[in-house]
Amino acid sequence: MTDAGATDAKAAKAISPGKIPELMKPLLRYAPLLILALAWEASSRLGLVSSLALPPLSEVAAAWVDLARSGELESAAAASLYRGGAGLALAVIVGGALGIGMASWRPLNLMLGPLVELFYPMPKSALIPVTVLWLGFGDGSKILLIFLGCMLPVTIGAYNGARGSDRLLMWSARSMGASRLRMIWDVVMPSALPEMLNGVRTALALSFILLVSSELIAARQGLGYLIGSLGADGSYEAMFAVVLTVAMLGFIADRVYLAVVARAMRWRQ
Amino acid sequence: MNGPAQIVIEDVCHYYRPPVGREVLALENISLEVREREFLALLGPSGCGKSTLLYLIGGFLPTETGKILVDGKPVRGPGPDRGIVFQHFALFPWKTVRKNVLYGLERQSLPRAEREARAQAFIDLVGLTGFEDSYPSQLSGGMKQRTAIARTLAFDPRTLLMDEPFGALDAQTRSLMQAELLSIWEKTRKTVIFVTHDVHEAVYLAERVAVMSARPGRIKTIVETRFDKTDPEVHRTKAFVDKVEEVWSLVREEAIKAQQKKSP
Repeated sequence: MTDAGATDAKAAKAISPGKIPELMKPLLRYAPLLILALAWEASSRLGLVSSLALPPLSEVAAAWVDLARSGELESAAAASLYRGGAGLALAVIVGGALGIGMASWRPLNLMLGPLVELFYPMPKSALIPVTVLWLGFGDGSKILLIFLGCMLPVTIGAYNGARGSDRLLMWSARSMGASRLRMIWDVVMPSALPEMLNGVRTALALSFILLVSSELIAARQGLGYLIGSLGADGSYEAMFAVVLTVAMLGFIADRVYLAVVARAMRWRQ
Repeated sequence: MNGPAQIVIEDVCHYYRPPVGREVLALENISLEVREREFLALLGPSGCGKSTLLYLIGGFLPTETGKILVDGKPVRGPGPDRGIVFQHFALFPWKTVRKNVLYGLERQSLPRAEREARAQAFIDLVGLTGFEDSYPSQLSGGMKQRTAIARTLAFDPRTLLMDEPFGALDAQTRSLMQAELLSIWEKTRKTVIFVTHDVHEAVYLAERVAVMSARPGRIKTIVETRFDKTDPEVHRTKAFVDKVEEVWSLVREEAIKAQQKKSP
């Protein structure tokens, strides 16, 4: 009996998913990236793919350094981050307020509910020519596009979260002297926050998609514009360098998002 | 010992409207007076509408027929003159113990230092010194309820509405909390309306017990239950035991009726 138990425990330990030594963790996490980078370099060096279609990673890195030295990359990134940040910030503020408002006030829900349902499934990239028509090739059209495209996921998250607010918490706040508006701010908003933040994550991913595609199509600066113009010039190493920069910025933005969420949700242990 | 009527309830009826199906009469012609500084228990089988009556007094539900007067004025909504403690605590989970207790005080125009001092005094009173910066999720059930009581006492409501406040606690914690509530009541002398289905708890804590009937809820009778609560042996005195038995027999009939209604 005891022997059988011991072997069982051993077998369980061997396949247990949670037993990785601390030092191994970063290695395991970044190994696939490293393998991918090596495979990339090797496949174009060995002529498995045309170096026009996929320039070696080392040359892409060199092009990245050149772009960064010239300042071109930084100014493009600054323009893009400004547009993305402003559009997303507007989407979170207006979208969050709208969702909480719709959950707290029935007439608003009746009025805006059908509108939200109509626009939610629409592919927002269809709005690129529209916003350009309205606001031209500059920052305004990109900010408007990202705002419109990213607002609804935040609205829907905030709405669902707010609808789930605990009635007794709302009553408690009211009985302690909070006005209705104050109660919405103090109780409904924090109750809505977890689901609203899920919507913000979707919005964050959408904002990158809309930013780069709108800059590719109709812009005079920004990372998307840079990708397009470098590609048109045949500077494929530099083009890949900008593509990788966008990917890296997206990754960093998601990490920042996770850190903000962890801080906002501290009370959940 | 008690002052004039502070809360007057006259001919109150209340319908419960489920999302689907017919409306149900939850309360029927309730009339009741609660005197100033009195400790009154509302006792009845589950589903008799005793919590609903408490929510009407609190102003959380609208009074549709009849009237409820607090200090001579009809109830128009919740207000800080009537503090409430719920069975499941209803603490703000994103606020620490201190921030929870401060919440009602921050709605009043008190200087900051005084708010902090008052909050600390009530945290100390309920024995939570040292847990000021804990979040509710880190506390036991008893500690959560102490926090909720401190939070409600801190903004100094004249009336304390308690909705089965010890119903979610284990037996030992419950009896400790009952004794503590009594000592707090002795010190602060607020008007208390205490909803419970526990006969012993009602007789022990309250000065008067309003026994409610099974649905539709009516006030069946009101029993005087004054005992010397400072006597630690009060539970064993014959007068106390007899009173519990008397109230028990009143509630038992209603509990049986409630059971029969559930299984027609």
